[in-house]
Amino acid sequence: MTTTAVKKQGPAAVAPEPTVGSHVRNYVSRVRGGDIGALPAVLGLIVLCAVFAVMRPSFLTAGNFANLFTQGAAITLIAMGLVFVLLLGEIDLSAGFASGVCAAVLANVVTVLGYPWYVAVLAAIATGVMIGTVLGVLVAKVGIPSFVVTLAGFLAFQGIVLMLMKEGANISVRDATLVAIANRNLPPTLGWALTAAAVLGYAAVQLLRHRNRVARGLLTDPLAVVAARIGTLAVVLGVAVYILNLERSRNVLFTSLRGVPIVVPIIAVLLVVWTFVLQRTSYGRHVYAVGGNKEAARRAGVNVDRIRISVFVICSSMAAVGGIVAASRANSVDPNTGGSNVLLYAVGAAVIGGTSLFGGKGRVLDAVLGGAVVAVIDNGMGLMGYSSGVKYVVTGVVLLLAASVDALSRRRSAASGSR
Amino acid sequence: MSATPLLELRGIDKSFGPVQVLRDVAFAAHPGEVTALVGDNGAGKSTLVKCISGIYPTDSGEFLFEGRPVSINSPRDAAALGIEVVYQDLALCDNLDIVQNMFLGREKRSGIVLDEPTMEQMAAETLAGLSVRTVKSLRQHVSSLSGGQRQTVAIAKAVLWNSKLVILDEPTAALGVAQTAQVLELVRRLADRGLAVVLISHNMNDVFAVSDRIAALYLGQMVAQVKATDITHSQVVELITAGRSGNLGLAEAGAGSAGNATGSTDTTSGAVR
Repeated sequence: MTTTAVKKQGPAAVAPEPTVGSHVRNYVSRVRGGDIGALPAVLGLIVLCAVFAVMRPSFLTAGNFANLFTQGAAITLIAMGLVFVLLLGEIDLSAGFASGVCAAVLANVVTVLGYPWYVAVLAAIATGVMIGTVLGVLVAKVGIPSFVVTLAGFLAFQGIVLMLMKEGANISVRDATLVAIANRNLPPTLGWALTAAAVLGYAAVQLLRHRNRVARGLLTDPLAVVAARIGTLAVVLGVAVYILNLERSRNVLFTSLRGVPIVVPIIAVLLVVWTFVLQRTSYGRHVYAVGGNKEAARRAGVNVDRIRISVFVICSSMAAVGGIVAASRANSVDPNTGGSNVLLYAVGAAVIGGTSLFGGKGRVLDAVLGGAVVAVIDNGMGLMGYSSGVKYVVTGVVLLLAASVDALSRRRSAASGSR
Repeated sequence: MSATPLLELRGIDKSFGPVQVLRDVAFAAHPGEVTALVGDNGAGKSTLVKCISGIYPTDSGEFLFEGRPVSINSPRDAAALGIEVVYQDLALCDNLDIVQNMFLGREKRSGIVLDEPTMEQMAAETLAGLSVRTVKSLRQHVSSLSGGQRQTVAIAKAVLWNSKLVILDEPTAALGVAQTAQVLELVRRLADRGLAVVLISHNMNDVFAVSDRIAALYLGQMVAQVKATDITHSQVVELITAGRSGNLGLAEAGAGSAGNATGSTDTTSGAVR
């Protein structure tokens, strides 16, 4: 036994210096072992885009590309919050109508009571925080399964929206700032400036981390892989911003319509912030730990109840942000805001993106990728003239497909001994 | 070995309602030694460990740590003294990697950001210090490790915090032959580094392979705590099953009361497990 163990020098010096080749091989073996991450979402996105582009050339226009963002924004934002809840293996079925309640609060404060937009936004988000706290306490402290608590919330919030809407009337949102969120664009130059800042910032973070690890003699990804990551981001952002900056007005003399929709940088900032929280803070580490093994986390001194309450607070607050964007896009709030398919699209977005329903696995980026898939299906099928009935069925099937991929990859990883 | 034990318990009593699980238990763990804690199911081993680690309060009795009286009222108190427990069912998170597991709940940070390089270095040093060479990468998920490697990570996690007393609850129960040998070697190395190690085990081969002292519990009573060299395999088995062996264990006169106690074995074990 000693002889078998003395082959190597020490854990840090054991593994051979990683190369680009070994990096790729590792990735392939991880995927084969069931750790597929966002791969299905990315592949699905490419296939769907290709199919719709062939069937309906109008899918590929700059105007439609911009539409995709504003159509998918609210769902994506709600899904980003849901990722936190799903990471613990819990579910929030009330997120859709929670966003409706928050949107109703927003509309009431800004239109009925006449306060400025920022007061309304704060009130909406505060409502989200409050809803999340109530749900979280019921789940963590009282011990009711989250499915039941949030199902009750689903019904009750639907009623609250109706009451806030004075039995069915809709309230319009005319505040210029609020309307701009989902309906106006950044000036093209500002779009480019933000893109450059994002790419440079990402490059700086990646290169600094690489240098820091090399200086300490720790294993690092090869520089080529780091460069490839930065390059991919630069190309993806660059192409997207270029297309969005094209003129998409039908009549340039009448009005000019170009630039990145304002909601895009909002999603980007929230994506960066929540990714940072999950990956780089001990709070995020504890969220993963509680999702992976609640008892182990408890024994390690993690305050499990606090983590469980906090994810519901984050989820409902993000639902509030989603509700604000939805209100902005519709220029109004009606009793069905946040209703019908919103919640299932949001859960679908998170799961399609690769977040596990079993807890412990998922990223905020998943919500964005999955949100893109949902938006593309919705948009493309609309262009092809299918009824909303067909759209619901297809989205339902895609959600089931994603959930089966999740369940099967979990089984596969149990068999191969890796998650 | 050193004269004062690192941890000494005197007259520990513990009841769960009407069932007395520990009665007048004395126990000592010395630095640099492996003390095996043996006993049948329901003898009170787990309860004793939970009392030491602060999960259960004791009804009466004294704790002496490095000769000073202390009171341990919560797992936090135990950790502050340098007492770490490696549980039987391995408190590791499958979806986290080795470094993340070792620092769970006690992450190193710079500002609000996790200080990953420092944690990775410390984990590497700890594993190297324990001569652990079987893990491929510190960044692999715990789910991809073998049972022995997981046990190793759990033990390394306990050692990372400069602990003085490490309690291992059945560390080899679920392991194969080679992995058991690996873990036992690690247990021995902990003691050689000057830590006091308490090993709970059912396996007499394991006990005699690594321990310096053997403490036997029988129906909540400490019947003997002797040097491993002064006792034979069959004597330990007798202590575990009958509470006495020759001149060791419960006195002859006490056999009657031990017999009475046997009648309540079922309820006792029910309470302990």
